[in-house]
Amino acid sequence: MKKGIHYVNQFFGQIGGEESADFEPDIREGLVGPATALNETLADVTITHTIICGDNYMGSNTEEALKRISDFLRDKDFDIFFAGPAFRAGRYGIACGNVCQMVQEQFNVPVVTSMNDENPGVEMFRQKMYILKGGKSAADMRKDIKAMAQLGQKLAKGEPIGSAQDEGYFGRGERHQTLLDPPIPAADRVVDMLLKKLNNQPFQTELPIPEADRVPIAPAVKDLSKATIAFVTSGGIVPADNPDRIQSASATKWGRYNISQYKDRLPAGEYKTIHAGYDPAAANEDPNRIFPLDALRAYEREGKFGKLHEYYYATVGTGTTQGEAARMGREISEYLHEANVDAVILVST
Amino acid sequence: MCNLVPIALTVGANRIVPTISIPYPLGDPDTPPEEQWKLRYHRVGVALDALATDISEQTVFRVKV
Repeated sequence: MKKGIHYVNQFFGQIGGEESADFEPDIREGLVGPATALNETLADVTITHTIICGDNYMGSNTEEALKRISDFLRDKDFDIFFAGPAFRAGRYGIACGNVCQMVQEQFNVPVVTSMNDENPGVEMFRQKMYILKGGKSAADMRKDIKAMAQLGQKLAKGEPIGSAQDEGYFGRGERHQTLLDPPIPAADRVVDMLLKKLNNQPFQTELPIPEADRVPIAPAVKDLSKATIAFVTSGGIVPADNPDRIQSASATKWGRYNISQYKDRLPAGEYKTIHAGYDPAAANEDPNRIFPLDALRAYEREGKFGKLHEYYYATVGTGTTQGEAARMGREISEYLHEANVDAVILVST
Repeated sequence: MCNLVPIALTVGANRIVPTISIPYPLGDPDTPPEEQWKLRYHRVGVALDALATDISEQTVFRVKV
């Protein structure tokens, strides 16, 4: 019987929700949360330990967290390491990627994790490890755990791993030689593809080129002292009654709010965060911790920049897909262009 | 301005100024208000300077406070 160890965050480790996101790394003997289902699904691997760490702790103290987890593992005997599934949870996905990378490098043990294609962890880590294509939310837990078990079992036993398409992981940008059945030579395959292309029929390339979605670098603002600066945030700071009904997670809406009457801060109580992805206490007590209106007004008075645009723009950046975020960004930028805004400061949480 | 700089780099932000945490990017509630103000004033200043700086690749700007 092979042995495995499973990494989960504070939520799936049953420590608590967002209020426990600073939970420091801990190792438990046996099974916690999804480790139970994973262990049941694995025929030839036993999960011996579960490691739990809060997503914020990992995000803000990555080096320290990884060092502690590495210390936990030093005297353990294991053949495979699992992390997640992380679904669309960005911080969790990145935590899984960081922990898996550390385990691969320091212990030379194969790793498996699972994320949804909208999770930023995919782009960060897909070339370095097996990340299975996972569901959007914990509703897909059973399916994602099953896929992790199938691939993990093969890796633990040293069995050959098939292509990204066959096994369901994100392509790592690696090419391997493989024998085709039936054995059609490359020259025939390429002519077949060309004929399909000429006839406007669908065809499957053998060399997919990943699409890079890069934003060109905006030129520097020439004269800051004459510039209009706008403030935009994904931190969910809105008027307390949330008039635009922006969702607390997976947002598809954004709002713009006039700030011309406020000299040094949005009044606490009248403004608050509706973001469900972080503990709102600090932001609600003093919105300046997210929206630094005092500092912006000070620089405006000093003449470092011309003026602060009279509206700020807000949405919620947790679980929000890159597609939706890009659309909201385009919509917001229309207003900014219309108001002749020269540059924008964005604060994300 | 963000705490998770690796994410900002991955999603393609070009001018990046680090903040101190996810729930309170610009002011640790466990520190005195003057200290929070200093941090905020400094980092917003770095962000404004960043906007006026020509860059040729994704750049993480250095903060001192």
